[in-house]
Amino acid sequence: MAEPADEAAALESRSAARTGWAVGVATATYGVSFGALAVAAGLDVWQTCVLSLVMFSGGSQFAVVGVLAAGGVAAGPSAIASAALLGARNSLYGIRVKPLVGSGFWRQVAAAWITIDESTAVATAQQSPRARSVGFWVTGLVVFVGWNLTTLVGALIGDSIGDVSAWGLDAAAAAAFLGLLWPRLRRLQPVVVAIGAAVVATVLTPWLQPGLPVLIAAAVAVVFGVTNLFGSPAREVDDGGGAA
Amino acid sequence: MTVWQIVLLASIACLALKLAGYLVPARVLARPTTARTADLLTVALLAALIAVQTLAAGTRIEIDARVPALAVAAILYALKAPFIVAVLAAALTAAGIRLLT
Repeated sequence: MAEPADEAAALESRSAARTGWAVGVATATYGVSFGALAVAAGLDVWQTCVLSLVMFSGGSQFAVVGVLAAGGVAAGPSAIASAALLGARNSLYGIRVKPLVGSGFWRQVAAAWITIDESTAVATAQQSPRARSVGFWVTGLVVFVGWNLTTLVGALIGDSIGDVSAWGLDAAAAAAFLGLLWPRLRRLQPVVVAIGAAVVATVLTPWLQPGLPVLIAAAVAVVFGVTNLFGSPAREVDDGGGAA
Repeated sequence: MTVWQIVLLASIACLALKLAGYLVPARVLARPTTARTADLLTVALLAALIAVQTLAAGTRIEIDARVPALAVAAILYALKAPFIVAVLAAALTAAGIRLLT
């Protein structure tokens, strides 16, 4: 007969799996908007799918597409740098979820591949080690499969739409970034950094080639990160809130 | 650079950053300053991208249908609307304004 503690753990694992499915399906739905925007920015369907398969980090993917849409292939280095800077937080997620995902080389590589905002957030919200592992893998795998399928659908739709601005897709890109940013604005420091970065990028736009103003705006984060201006007392790694 | 080179280099860089979290000793990356800066980098880049996507047209600043579209999205996020609803509403707002003007 199972101990009550075992039953509680099994119950929590099932609940973690349900949360993983819910988060995964919700996230996958906006893969359609990524696919459509990527094609609108000049990528072909295959390039769009490679981003979702290999990069697999929503913020970074939207950044590549956004910078290329504004500056074309000439803004390539800025696009790569923006994506990498946005992907840096995944390194920190890796530190936290590494102990939860199981051992073995290939298992850890697979876990690293699907270490994103959503899988980290669901995993770290659970109590028992078993539920944390279930939450991580279910969320990561459901998002991965769903995101890649919906990316393909979006890319095929975008391919057949034609004129981007008539459909308001350029405005959709800004709205998508805002959706990724919104859950991160709960404290004063990130709000100040967001406003500062937006002002810097806007003011520099007439003076530099497209893509560079965004990169230079990242310096605002470094200044506030190092000095902890407007910050709360020192803490460990932040919870994985927010979207992909 | 070709689009393929950009796509592959950026993808490999992001994947390498994920793997680094599993390979680099935690004490190197988990310092509060590093963690805070990485979090704020995400915020700064997203905010800068929003500004550029909404206001820039090449190297010019242009106030057009994208501004009200972003405002509609902001209101919907404040009302806790789902991501896809806010994004679609923004696209429809911009498309509608362009159709009428």
